Amino acid sequence: MATVETADTAVAEESGVRRRDFINIAAVSFAGAGAVATVFPLVNQMNPSADVLALASVDVDISAIERGQAIKILWRKQPVFVRNLTDKEIGEANAVNISTLRDPQTLAERTKVGKENWLITLGVCTHLGCVPLGAAEGENKGEFGGYFCPCHGSSYDTAARIRKGPAPRNLDVPDYEFLSDTVVKIG
Amino acid sequence: MSFPWANQYAPTTEFGRWMDEKLPVPRLVYNSLGAGYPTPRNLNYMWNFGSLAGIFLVVQIVTGIILAMHYAANANIAFDSVEHIMRDVNSGWMIRYAHANGASFFFIAIYLHIGRGLFYGSYKAPREMIWLLGVVIYLLAMATAFMGYVLPWGQMSFWGAKVITGLFEAIPLVGKPIQELLLGGFAPDNAALNRFFSLHYLLPFVIAGVIILHIWALHIPGSNNPTGVDVKGPQDTVPFHPYYTAKDGWTLGVALIFFTMVMFFLPNALGHADNYIPANPLSTPAHIVPEWYFWPWYAILRAFTVDFLFIPAKLLGVLAMFSAILVWFFLPWLDRSPVRSGMFRPKFKIFFGILVIDVLVLGYCGGAPAEEPFVMISQFAGAYYFAHFLIILPLLSRLEKPEPLPNSITESVTGQPLKTAS
Ligand code: HEM
Ligand code: FES
Repeated sequence: MATVETADTAVAEESGVRRRDFINIAAVSFAGAGAVATVFPLVNQMNPSADVLALASVDVDISAIERGQAIKILWRKQPVFVRNLTDKEIGEANAVNISTLRDPQTLAERTKVGKENWLITLGVCTHLGCVPLGAAEGENKGEFGGYFCPCHGSSYDTAARIRKGPAPRNLDVPDYEFLSDTVVKIG
Repeated sequence: MSFPWANQYAPTTEFGRWMDEKLPVPRLVYNSLGAGYPTPRNLNYMWNFGSLAGIFLVVQIVTGIILAMHYAANANIAFDSVEHIMRDVNSGWMIRYAHANGASFFFIAIYLHIGRGLFYGSYKAPREMIWLLGVVIYLLAMATAFMGYVLPWGQMSFWGAKVITGLFEAIPLVGKPIQELLLGGFAPDNAALNRFFSLHYLLPFVIAGVIILHIWALHIPGSNNPTGVDVKGPQDTVPFHPYYTAKDGWTLGVALIFFTMVMFFLPNALGHADNYIPANPLSTPAHIVPEWYFWPWYAILRAFTVDFLFIPAKLLGVLAMFSAILVWFFLPWLDRSPVRSGMFRPKFKIFFGILVIDVLVLGYCGGAPAEEPFVMISQFAGAYYFAHFLIILPLLSRLEKPEPLPNSITESVTGQPLKTAS
């Protein structure tokens, strides 16, 4: 032991680093890396679990929705608006110069080819998540005839694009497909 | 700290001085875990299990709080919610296995820690209070682990709850009402599950509080040591940090290797397969056993098979089981030998060895089916257990001739006498 200690001190004098310092730093770094590796799963467990992520899709029968009407359905615990636009509403949506929009998109980009009258969006305001009005009969559709969010006054047009108020984006369009002319699968 | 030569905390920065005046937390840490706590220089590895038990308590609290985020304490869905943790929650299986096996590791550390105290006479004056608080911690930990085991609401959970609360039924006259009070019903159900969850969440924090008292009481006389001889001067001690922080860190590393081995490769080895069957109030598992850490006491409970005088066997078993631990409260006054360490007590050493074997035998019987020869072995082993504390220890204190003690810790380590010039 004595000789090792002396050798150690000699090295220390040359480089300024002792073997102890090295062991210290190595041990603490190893423990630190271990701690980070442990903390990751302990935090990650709060993310949505597999059953929540499992994409529950819903089939919606749209045959009873008249033009100008909309329905609200629940998908992944969130409301989805399915709206059958009138020709007038489609015309209004297409008349807008999209370069003036906050989130520029055409109605065609937000619907399926040949089914431009079917506007399917999440009923979740892109501001802070309230459910906008306008899907049910008699509700306030706002200045632009689409949806109006009562929480902080965001107005959406007939393509559910944000036109006025604090919301940053158009209402989101979920993944969906037409299984037939009357059934839509959302998710 | 009661050692005059203990390093004094001296803040080096302006902020340190400011803090020391307002809220001296750094001083507290320095005095209890830092260079300000002089610790006998000769502590062996048996002195590492207290801090290890503390760390496993932290593991239980962290993993437990996480499990509670996903667990549902409702008799209809509790079992499924544990399966949800195992299958759906990100890393949920790992966190649950850490919690279930962490309980075992907590008890391994606790048992070695208690055994250390029994052998080296750490319960003797001036450390009686440390010992008594330790027994309280152990009792609380048993209650916590029992109630935790009920939460997954499997077959063992349900029947464990039924059997353990059934113990209270043995109390004459008020037994039945007490059992119904504890369960909030006539058998374990939603009411019992909910209160067990509430208490299972609470008790670990009560344990943490008692641990603070335990360590506070420890820091008045300071740590005992393998010779049992009092610290006599500065050369007998080294500062806690870095010496024992490094040593405790090393055992922690080794313990975590074993812990992760069990967690990842043998996660159900210490559990019971029947607990993966949902609770069924209409069918008792063929062989019902508690977790391994309760086995010695369970063996004593089952050792009583015939009524004695007017006392029914059931009540005797319950009384004996509780007494087996409560007798520890009297230990500092049962063992009157002035010599602390078993190292210098030739006869005590032998009887201590027999006691360890006796408890292991009891443990084995407690885990075995309630049949012969295990019942008879439990009866003898149980009788010996009480004889050790109530007869052998008091007699030994009078009859045994201890070996000569070293004059000081330093002398026992270096062979050189302690220089008391300082
Ligand atoms: C001394 C500390 C602790 C011990 C000894 C302990 C022991 C146990 C045991 C043996 C189980 C049954 C494991 C199984 O077979 O699944 C369990 C389950 C559970 N514990 Fe703890 N526990 C402790 C602390 C905590 C704390 C602090 C919390 C919450 C804050 C907690 C929450 C839970 C939950 C939610 C369960 C049910 C989930 C499951 O069964 O895995 N535990 N505990
Ligand atoms: S949440 Fe809709 S406007 Fe704020």
